[in-house]
Amino acid sequence: MLTIPRGLRDKIVAHARRDHPDEACGVLAGPAGRDRPERFIAMTNAERSPTFYRFDSGEQFRVWRDMEGNDEEPVVIYHSHTATEAYPSRTDITLAAEPGAHYVLVSTRNSDTTEFRSYRIVDGTVTEEPVTVVE
Amino acid sequence: MAIEVRIPTILRTYTDGAKQVEGTGSTLGELFTDLDHKHGGLRDRLVDDGGLRRFVNVYLNDEDVRFLAGLDTPVKDGDTVTVLPAVAGGAS
Repeated sequence: MLTIPRGLRDKIVAHARRDHPDEACGVLAGPAGRDRPERFIAMTNAERSPTFYRFDSGEQFRVWRDMEGNDEEPVVIYHSHTATEAYPSRTDITLAAEPGAHYVLVSTRNSDTTEFRSYRIVDGTVTEEPVTVVE
Repeated sequence: MAIEVRIPTILRTYTDGAKQVEGTGSTLGELFTDLDHKHGGLRDRLVDDGGLRRFVNVYLNDEDVRFLAGLDTPVKDGDTVTVLPAVAGGAS
């Protein structure tokens, strides 16, 4: 289950809408071992593509280093799909390398609604999980 | 001569859970070969026939080695090499 404050969920959705039709991506950091997302970090999609995303490598290094210094971990890794459903693609599954993270997928394929779903991806297995939005 | 190598969570199965290991070598390629002697199989996760694996980021101190000399990047005592799997994906 992913428990996420409404404010952070709204920031993810706003980021995805802003970058549409390119895929948006980012991280929610939280205190290590607590499974609580607290800090929103929008990342640059170095691919700047409607069908692919990759964190800029220098940015990723700095963010990961900062998280370590703060005793934080990446609780949520999010990205958007702009023309397909909010479900992990084969590439998403193959490249998922943070087994402890919740992978949030957002779809901006409809202009009136945004799909927001969360998954665990461990050793190539995808498991959807419920999302609980808290105030 | 010791170079500190920081290992991401997903590769700690090769290092008995250690998040940091030490190695020697005068280039990144030599360092990875040295690490593989102590932590068998680790090199294969970092390197393929084309060189550094496409979705693995390696940094020498705070620079991505793709902007330096890749596997030929010189390394020395006191350097820190950090490995981070790229965070990436796509629509298909």
